[in-house]
Amino acid sequence: MKVLVPVKRVIDYNVKVRVKADQTGVDLANVKMSMNPFDEISVEEAVRLKEKGKATEVIAVSVGPQQASETIRTALAMGADRGILVKTDAEVEPLAVAKILKAIVDEEKPSLVITGKQAIDDDSNQTGQMLAALLGWPQGTFAHKLELGDADAKIEREIDGGLQTVDVKLPAVMTVDLRLNEPRYASLPNIMKAKKKPIAEKAPADYGVDVAPKLKTLKVTEPEKRKAGVKVKTVAELLDKLKNEAGVI
Amino acid sequence: MASLVIAEHDNKVLKEATAKVVTAASQLGGPVHVLVAGQGAQGVAEAAAKLQGVEKVLLADDALYAKMVAETMETLILSLAGKYDAILAPATTNGKNYMPRVAAKLDVAQISEIIKVVSADTFERPIYAGNAIATVQAGAGKKVITVRTTTFKTAGEGGSAGVEKIGAASDPGLSKFVGEELSKSERPELTSAKIVISGGRGMQSGENFHMLDKIADKLHAAVGASRAAVDAGFVPNDYQVGQTGKVVAPELYIAVGISGAIQHLAGMKDSKVIAAINKDEEAPIFQVADYGLVADLFKAVPEMEEELTKLGY
Ligand SMILES: Cc1cc2nc3c(=O)[nH]c(=O)nc-3n(C[C@H](O)[C@H](O)[C@H](O)COP(=O)(O)OP(=O)(O)OC[C@H]3O[C@@H](n4cnc5c(N)ncnc54)[C@H](O)[C@@H]3O)c2cc1C
Repeated sequence: MKVLVPVKRVIDYNVKVRVKADQTGVDLANVKMSMNPFDEISVEEAVRLKEKGKATEVIAVSVGPQQASETIRTALAMGADRGILVKTDAEVEPLAVAKILKAIVDEEKPSLVITGKQAIDDDSNQTGQMLAALLGWPQGTFAHKLELGDADAKIEREIDGGLQTVDVKLPAVMTVDLRLNEPRYASLPNIMKAKKKPIAEKAPADYGVDVAPKLKTLKVTEPEKRKAGVKVKTVAELLDKLKNEAGVI
Repeated sequence: MASLVIAEHDNKVLKEATAKVVTAASQLGGPVHVLVAGQGAQGVAEAAAKLQGVEKVLLADDALYAKMVAETMETLILSLAGKYDAILAPATTNGKNYMPRVAAKLDVAQISEIIKVVSADTFERPIYAGNAIATVQAGAGKKVITVRTTTFKTAGEGGSAGVEKIGAASDPGLSKFVGEELSKSERPELTSAKIVISGGRGMQSGENFHMLDKIADKLHAAVGASRAAVDAGFVPNDYQVGQTGKVVAPELYIAVGISGAIQHLAGMKDSKVIAAINKDEEAPIFQVADYGLVADLFKAVPEMEEELTKLGY
């Protein structure tokens, strides 16, 4: 079976985010960009399925600017077989990404699409679920463990109260949580090999998708800053402050 | 301009998150209806009917909704959507699971985790782990919104809405619930507790978390954790506070052996008072803590328990 893995190029999780002075967004000029950390977990899971002989081909897809091809290369270096870059410089909302992915799914016919549960830039947590709905497929979100059968998948999910297991019919969409696996680092030989793997270049229009945003961002501002407080010397002093100054215990 | 709020519950108890979403929905201006989808959830519907500002409660009581599986929630909500201008759910793992399906089918953008209603079509939501706040305006079509419950007040009681039973919608037959392992605790829930005490990698083991349990019992607090503590297997996943875990905003948050990575801060920096215990005086957690104690937690935490006992807790 084929597995499709969407990957997003986002600000690196270690970068300190700065809001632009004109309040139009976040300053991304000259900051380190990386693959969304959740997508690394998706790629890892897909590659493991291939290594176990369950998946026949792993296709990495990215919707984004030309540089998103580097994100696809990272997926290829981890073990994906080929890539599709849907090139656009626009900021694409989750729904439009889901529509593009649906068109790709219609063409490629994978049995499983594995996405990250959220991207660490817009923190939307929507794309996988939207894709599943548009396809009329079931979903296993926030996956902690996957048991893949031939016609179905048992997915253990991280939920607010603990863990929940659902059984979904294939084809399906799975979105991954942090503890599904620990993604590998690509080895140097695999990075070299990845350079020869094909990446097809497309545009949203090739899939008939209008990526114009449905939400209008009026402004982006800095959150209220917390001020550092005081250092206390002893546990007794800490409790005294909490009780008598802050009144919270 | 009516709004439909999807209730969060476990078939027995209506979760406080629902009362917070009702507050957000009320700020949109129109009448507020609540949908309780569950099995044997009559009591939940009655509790929702008492919330201030709720005009009507719809109860879909059917085995299909026992666990709020996303695919069945989608068809149910869509079958009702025609009458509403806005559909809101709490940004719990349930809400995050089914709401994007509803938005996609209605061909609208979902507005995730709003923290403020600016006007009936304009909202604030955190992005980049809360390091930026976006003000967004919804376009044409219905509004599908998830609500970060920590920033809205709990709607009061005293309402007396009617409960209307509705039938189940079609079953897409795509998925089924197999089982669950829920963390059992006598303590308050992490997201609604007045006091939260969280441990990080510095705790070194699951055993050592019992030191925090003892403090929690004295203060009626919930126990949370950093991702590192969950990844290391010290505590279950549902303890995780942060950008990709739970967001909490208690009266008091005590961080023990937690460095204060941005992803962790994203989940707790709106707490009213933050106290931190860390042996590294340079730890970033001290930049947000109102009270910082530079100390070895293995000395400080047992001492805290003793001191609390002395103080009569
Ligand atoms: C995609 C992504 C999502 C993430 N989501 C989250 C999230 O939701 N929540 C989250 O918490 N993290 C999240 N993280 C991880 C985050 O970046 C940090 O790695 C994590 O928060 C660190 O946890 P920690 O503070 O417990 O560990 P560390 O950073 O290792 O800090 C341990 C601290 O304990 C102190 N310490 C050690 N021993 C003692 C002692 N004896 N006494 C006192 N102090 C001691 C040390 O001085 C240190 O400051 C995420 C990361 C990524 C990439």
